[in-house]
Amino acid sequence: MSMEEKRSPALRVEDLHRWLGSGETRQHVLRGLNFSLEAGKVYGVIGPSGCGKSTLLYLLGLLDHPDKGAIFLNGQRLDSASDRERTRLRGELLGFVFQFHFLLSEFTARENIMLPILKVGGTEAEAKAKADRLLHAVGLTNKANNFGNMLSGGEQQRVAVARALANDPSLILADEPTGNLDQANSELLFNLLCKVARERGKTVLIVTHNRDLADRCDEVLAMRDGAFVSSDAY
Amino acid sequence: MLMSLAGIVFGVAFFVLTQAQTSGFQGFFVKTILGANGAIRVQDRFQSTVTTMVARGDSDGTEVEIALRRGQRYVPGIQQPQSVLEALRQFEAVTAATPVLRGNGTLRSGFRSERGRIHGIELDSYLEVTELQNQVAAADLAEFEQTMDGILIGKELAQRLSIQVGDPVFIDAGGVNQVRFRVCGIFTTGISQIDRYHFYTHMRTARSVLEEWDDVTYIQAMLRDPERAIVVARHVEEALGHWVASWQERERSWLEVFRVLRFSSAISMSCIILIAGLGMFNTLAIIVMERAREIAILRSVGYSRGDIARIFLYQGLIIYVIGWVLGCLAGVGLTALIESLPIRIRGIFSTDHFIMHWAWSHYLWAGVITAIVVFTASLLPARRAAQIEPGEVIRGTSG
Repeated sequence: MSMEEKRSPALRVEDLHRWLGSGETRQHVLRGLNFSLEAGKVYGVIGPSGCGKSTLLYLLGLLDHPDKGAIFLNGQRLDSASDRERTRLRGELLGFVFQFHFLLSEFTARENIMLPILKVGGTEAEAKAKADRLLHAVGLTNKANNFGNMLSGGEQQRVAVARALANDPSLILADEPTGNLDQANSELLFNLLCKVARERGKTVLIVTHNRDLADRCDEVLAMRDGAFVSSDAY
Repeated sequence: MLMSLAGIVFGVAFFVLTQAQTSGFQGFFVKTILGANGAIRVQDRFQSTVTTMVARGDSDGTEVEIALRRGQRYVPGIQQPQSVLEALRQFEAVTAATPVLRGNGTLRSGFRSERGRIHGIELDSYLEVTELQNQVAAADLAEFEQTMDGILIGKELAQRLSIQVGDPVFIDAGGVNQVRFRVCGIFTTGISQIDRYHFYTHMRTARSVLEEWDDVTYIQAMLRDPERAIVVARHVEEALGHWVASWQERERSWLEVFRVLRFSSAISMSCIILIAGLGMFNTLAIIVMERAREIAILRSVGYSRGDIARIFLYQGLIIYVIGWVLGCLAGVGLTALIESLPIRIRGIFSTDHFIMHWAWSHYLWAGVITAIVVFTASLLPARRAAQIEPGEVIRGTSG
């Protein structure tokens, strides 16, 4: 991948608005956001609780619908896609890492990673081989057959990262991925996400409360009251 | 979920069992009455009647006859039975037919006497139409064939008269003399009404006792397919001008009783399946609530609403298949077990054990009813699961 390709805008957001609640409790959570993200970079989104960080993440991840505005990924408009198309896009273009690992407890680490691959049409053998490669990449080859509850918090989050990478997505969205981890595991996970962005040319967006973590990202998007502010202001 | 599965197994098994039992008894009853009375019975001749009124014209005094009401008049019995028999045997559906002369008489033996119904029969053709051969000992039947003053007598009637094979018995049919007969055999049809009142003599003897030299009371016939008796009866009726009763019409009330029994047992057993289905619905609905997070995860990694719904429908399908298969196996076991149990039934038929009818249709119907219940019980939770918005669930559990 050339540097030009790596640095071309992967994600573009135009005038993004979102209201939540109804009646007197209705809140303007996102107030016309405009920004673009480049491939191969790690972005940190910081801001106080309730400022709209997670709402932005869910909108970008097609887990929620914007009230106004547009989202483009690799030039393709995402926000106006049908429910079926959004589901397909989530499986093929997007990867999620949540604060809680959210592994399916009935499945092993390998099977958790295989799930998205099987969904997009991979055979079981392909899915297994790919899952094993990803487990190797996150340093958990020896834990492939362990169920979720047999893994430590850090290991569970690394499996979640591997699952997010399963279908080679363009955009990886991480919501407080280190929120439940100790310092060592946080470090390990952050380095992993950085490696994914830099070596695989992915765009990684990390929502975090952790200022230190955000500072280590390639760029920081600071939010307050549903709008971007200077990162120095936070 | 195990309780729901157990309920389905239980419901299917008892559905199969009750259907096998009710249809078994019904089938046996039908076999018994066909064996005793034939599939159709040709009886009284009917004549069309028209009631008329004579009207006189005003001017020229001519009279006009106006038909007022059309009706039918029944002429008891069958005159010229041979020609009716010949005509009846022309029908493709009819396999055999036999004339019967029937009358009332009193049987006397020693100091005992009992009212009964004398049936004059032609043995050869009567055996083709009925199961008499299986209702009386073979040696006795041969003896009856050879003995012109022989009589075959119903078991209950024989018991009341305290007579046995070989005993003499007198018949008083209202004539001047009592006629002496010899008991050649005692038959058991299982139908109390027949075993209690019927006795058979040769046709020629019966004619002399009843002083009826030409007519017969009815002709009974067996059909290739007794289930078509109603249709055949109508055709024969039209062609011969005689009133013809099918076995279904003659035994309408009993058949109705069996039908209601089958229907009510099917409803009762379906209710058990339904209750199991409600339990299953409850369990699945709880699973949907408990697994909202997992559902949201699957949605976030690309699984569609349809995929999620299919997971729950698939779960229902597994319960259905296991429940139905185990239920059928239990049904087979229970049916075989009950079939071997002794039970003494006398009245409308005679049996000393439960009668079961083994039919694939019982298992298929149990499968259809279970499929409807399980599918409905799975569909609503599946739809609810499919409607889960992953963003809302993940936001709610993200802290």
